Amino acid sequence: MADVTLIDALTMAMAWELEHDDDVVMLGEDIGLNGGVFRTTAGLQERFGPQRVMDTPLAEGMIAGVSIGMAAQGLKPVAEIQFMGFIYPIVDQMINHAGRMRNRTRGRLHCPMVIRAPFGGGIHAPEHHSESTEALFAHMPGIRVVIPSSPARAYGLLLAAIRDPDPVVFLEPKRIYRSNKQAVADNGEALPLDVCYILREGSDVTVVTWGAMVFESLKSAEQMSAQGISCEVIDLTTISPIDEQTILESVAKTGRLIIVHEAAKNCGVGAEIAAMVAEEGMYDLRCPIRRVTGYDIVMPFYRREMDYMPSVAKIGDAIRDSMDD
Amino acid sequence: MSDSSADIRYLRFLKPNGELDKDAPTGSHDPNEIADLFRRMLELRVFDSKAINLQRTGKLGTYPSWYGHEAAQVGVAAAMKKEDVLAPSYREGGVMLCRGVSMAEILLYWGGDERGSDFAVPRDDFPYCVPIATQCLHAAGAAMAFQHRGESRCAVAVNGDGGTSEGAFYEAMNIAGVRKLPVVFVVINNQWAISVPVAAQTSSSTLAHKAIAAGIEGVQADGNDIVAVRHCMREALEKARKGGGPTLVELITYRLGDHTTVDDAGRYRQQDEVDTASDLEPFIRTRKYLASKNIWDTQLEEQFLEQCTNNIEAAVNNYLATPKEAVEQMFNHMYAEMPESLLAQRAHAIHFCDTDKD
Ligand SMILES: Cc1ncc(C[n+]2csc(CCOP(=O)(O)OP(=O)(O)O)c2C)c(N)n1
Ligand SMILES: [Mg+2]
Repeated sequence: MADVTLIDALTMAMAWELEHDDDVVMLGEDIGLNGGVFRTTAGLQERFGPQRVMDTPLAEGMIAGVSIGMAAQGLKPVAEIQFMGFIYPIVDQMINHAGRMRNRTRGRLHCPMVIRAPFGGGIHAPEHHSESTEALFAHMPGIRVVIPSSPARAYGLLLAAIRDPDPVVFLEPKRIYRSNKQAVADNGEALPLDVCYILREGSDVTVVTWGAMVFESLKSAEQMSAQGISCEVIDLTTISPIDEQTILESVAKTGRLIIVHEAAKNCGVGAEIAAMVAEEGMYDLRCPIRRVTGYDIVMPFYRREMDYMPSVAKIGDAIRDSMDD
Repeated sequence: MSDSSADIRYLRFLKPNGELDKDAPTGSHDPNEIADLFRRMLELRVFDSKAINLQRTGKLGTYPSWYGHEAAQVGVAAAMKKEDVLAPSYREGGVMLCRGVSMAEILLYWGGDERGSDFAVPRDDFPYCVPIATQCLHAAGAAMAFQHRGESRCAVAVNGDGGTSEGAFYEAMNIAGVRKLPVVFVVINNQWAISVPVAAQTSSSTLAHKAIAAGIEGVQADGNDIVAVRHCMREALEKARKGGGPTLVELITYRLGDHTTVDDAGRYRQQDEVDTASDLEPFIRTRKYLASKNIWDTQLEEQFLEQCTNNIEAAVNNYLATPKEAVEQMFNHMYAEMPESLLAQRAHAIHFCDTDKD
């Protein structure tokens, strides 16, 4: 089993599913011959043909809309939106149709489809190429939002997303697309959706995070352990719906909660987690919940992007503050 | 069946062999004027290759080259009046340069600094637009503002061939037609949208045809012919200024370079296609024409290029010497007045900003 990057793992998962399920089709801008601007679909058109791996005209609303049409009629489209910054034309289709089709037809029609998109900052990209707006989709009933943070989870979760009978927005943290490798068995085994993954066990502070921030959080936890503070790091993974139980159990153990995300703070997913813990786990808390997030400003151009994002130092500061409370 | 391209005019005056058509519009027969435009084109080309080099040496972020678009860019800008407003696509910084945006400002933008969009002139022009085709609607809206105030100004949107597939492009033409807006939609058809060729983008026989359903005029011109580009832009703008409504101008050219500095076009297109396109590119014919009028030669070109290079070096140095903006600037321009809730966040950012690294 060779070590692969998160990108490689995604390609492997898509190839597996194309190979094993004739209903799976892929569509997007430049995903065919070019293999996607990040090379995530490299080789797939060559292997499975242009009928199953389709380059589309440049129109994101169209990509989502035809995916809904295909999904409602028995296909399993996996669509790529080139960057999250260009995903917004699909909002109408997702909120008004993809998320509602099952409910409004009382289960007669449904939309087994995946929208994949790279998101997040940290790669010195141009304007509109670095935002994190997962909360927009998390706010839509009937849509799942999934974010992997390792090659193995990327593989298993993407398979699960494609097999899921309902629409999934699958967001890929591009900062860690190639930053670390891991052995991934190409065995077609999916991982469960709707559950968090505990990446590090600890007893003093619970850190809930996702995407590229998993790495900053783990680094911070490592630093804290040298200072005698034991952090439990939870990868939220399915951003919506939230696995409340895992978070509540952890908070019951630690009594302290830090939420770390790259997206802006205001109405971010961290707000939902904090509210949920305030509602369900208030009496387990020994101190106020803290959020370490992007600021409520437009994501700055790349010269200042690292000043915008949560960092090991910012996370460490919040953890120490919690311990001092 | 009738030829569906028959109802679309196609303009070309400066032929690839450097001959100026005798039917070329009056006002385009002064070779000195063409020489001025040619110098602008040269400047754009030298700047563009400098920007690519800066990216290659780690001094600039991802950069979308306009290699091959120079005649289209110079021609569009030359036909516009100062008081008109441009809504550019992300690739067409050359039009912005010709309208007075400085080279250092263009570099700042691609160097990851917001001040690149706060150009000193022209103050009313829109900044670069990265989300494809969305700027077409802004141009239509700008034209609505001009119409509303009874001003004799026009808006110009520049979009790509790929961009003509987006809803925003159709929506913009549609309202412009309905309200007879003083706007020109320029489509720079460089044959490619990253890896997708025009034939995979649309079944329309030309992109100019897309105007027909909006009830507006569509026209095509050879985008490598500076004379034709300027002329059809002038016509469209004059019509718009007189209340005659919008025009869709399709400029046919070729993206001679990679999509951006992070793209490798060799993965998806054949070199012989690029070679053929290179023979038709805008400099060869313009140079031939000017030489035939005895007002241009290699010596003059070398002199001019040296001067160009010096100007560009100065702009590059200016860009490279520009320190990062203070970290709080990312907060200060969010609203006319800073909301209370941002104050603590701003203080947090300043506290954690590693000023040593700045
Ligand atoms: C709405 C949107 N979708 C996707 C992209 C990513 N993207 C950047 S340029 C480009 C191709 C644009 O092609 P075209 O309109 O022909 O302009 P050109 O690049 O040839 O100048 C794409 C897909 C984007 N910037 N905006
Ligand atoms: Mg193009």
